[in-house]
Amino acid sequence: MNDQATTVLAIGTKKGLWLATSRNRRSWTLSDPLFLMQEVPGVGIDTRGGRTRILVGTRSEHWGPSVVHSDDLGATWTEPERGSIGFDSDDGAALERIWQIQPDSEGRPGVVWAGCEPISVWKSTDGGEHFELNRGLWDHPHRSEWGAGYGGAAAHTVLPSPADDSIHVAMSTGGVYRSVDGGTSWEPRNRGISAYFLPDPQPEFGQCVHKIARDAGNPRHLYAQNHHGVYATPDAGDTWTSIAEGLPSDFGFVMLSHPRRPGTAWVIPLKADGERIPPDGELAVHRTDDGGGSWSRLHRGLPTREYNAVLRDAAAVDAADPVGVYFGTRGGSVYASADEGESFVEVASHLPDVLTVRAAVVAD
Amino acid sequence: MDSVSVLIPTLLRPLVEGRSEVVLPADAPMTVGGLLDRLSEGRPLLERRIRDETGALRRYVNIYVGGEDVRRLELLDTPVEPGDTVMVIQSVAGG
Repeated sequence: MNDQATTVLAIGTKKGLWLATSRNRRSWTLSDPLFLMQEVPGVGIDTRGGRTRILVGTRSEHWGPSVVHSDDLGATWTEPERGSIGFDSDDGAALERIWQIQPDSEGRPGVVWAGCEPISVWKSTDGGEHFELNRGLWDHPHRSEWGAGYGGAAAHTVLPSPADDSIHVAMSTGGVYRSVDGGTSWEPRNRGISAYFLPDPQPEFGQCVHKIARDAGNPRHLYAQNHHGVYATPDAGDTWTSIAEGLPSDFGFVMLSHPRRPGTAWVIPLKADGERIPPDGELAVHRTDDGGGSWSRLHRGLPTREYNAVLRDAAAVDAADPVGVYFGTRGGSVYASADEGESFVEVASHLPDVLTVRAAVVAD
Repeated sequence: MDSVSVLIPTLLRPLVEGRSEVVLPADAPMTVGGLLDRLSEGRPLLERRIRDETGALRRYVNIYVGGEDVRRLELLDTPVEPGDTVMVIQSVAGG
């Protein structure tokens, strides 16, 4: 990695946003808190087109949710007066929370996706300043049967494919849905994923998927961390098979994939359902380099005892070489690895519950 | 009096030019909803802070008319008379 580049790490918490910066991804400078008393469940860093735009989904208990953005690494922020995301009055719904802000690929400049609560997907074509509701998913006949997990009913992951017009959305609870026509129509894609908490453990939809990630080498290859169950699909979700063997637990919230190397992904297992802590209180990241065939336990630099969970969006990778891996806990600790998870340093501690992290190498 | 005084909480004052009180003309009775419509004219950000897209008062925003909580009255249909004082207050929320 170029030592002269700066990496910015955005840390969204239950009570504000922090920005950490580093030249070497080992020593970090942490900003003062931003948006204090506002929950920050969704952050996106869009580095396309030579501009770094940090998009932040905020939510005030009093004043509601909003999307703000900064084009100067957090020095100033802009909030569109009429709001970036909002239902029409005849939709009969109000935006509750922005769970995901996902810039599309280089080939679709300006396109940014958002996954929200209530379960909805939104698309912006102006870099995240204004979003349109995806009507195909909003009007889906399954809508009335989708449920709410503990955190709320949300489309929490939106994965547009860089290769074609397909998009995968993961919702809790509802499972994985796929569009092959840019979002016009959607079909559930959960065959092989168990929903042990339902009377029919193999339903067409209704699974509690916690996070999905797309493989770098084959856009039709995806990984999923479920509410129990770690899976991979070779065919864009038509069939899923377990890749949990070798992990200490098949429960967790996180799923990350390498931005370039096929077959590499990371999970952070938790023991569940009765405990929801790292197995035996020993925090570790697990990485596969063969598409889930085997896993390596990575913990150098992490605390020997940790009793906090890592939430679904509180982990991210950057695009540097070697790839940086980042995550934060509900106990407010944030860790960074500059070597693909082999070792970690603590970026911050004693923050509020970490809800989301995003990292990017930015131009000086 | 042919006006209604709306008291603005500190956190929303940047959206009303820094004022703690906005006096709106009112030569006839109206509802709290109608009053908020007038208050929010030209101030879409203020509107979003107080009411959601369905027009509902946000859960942790309280409005008092003459010292009475509109949630104990007729909510946004609560009548407002010329001369009334209307308070917008954030309720106790957040950990």
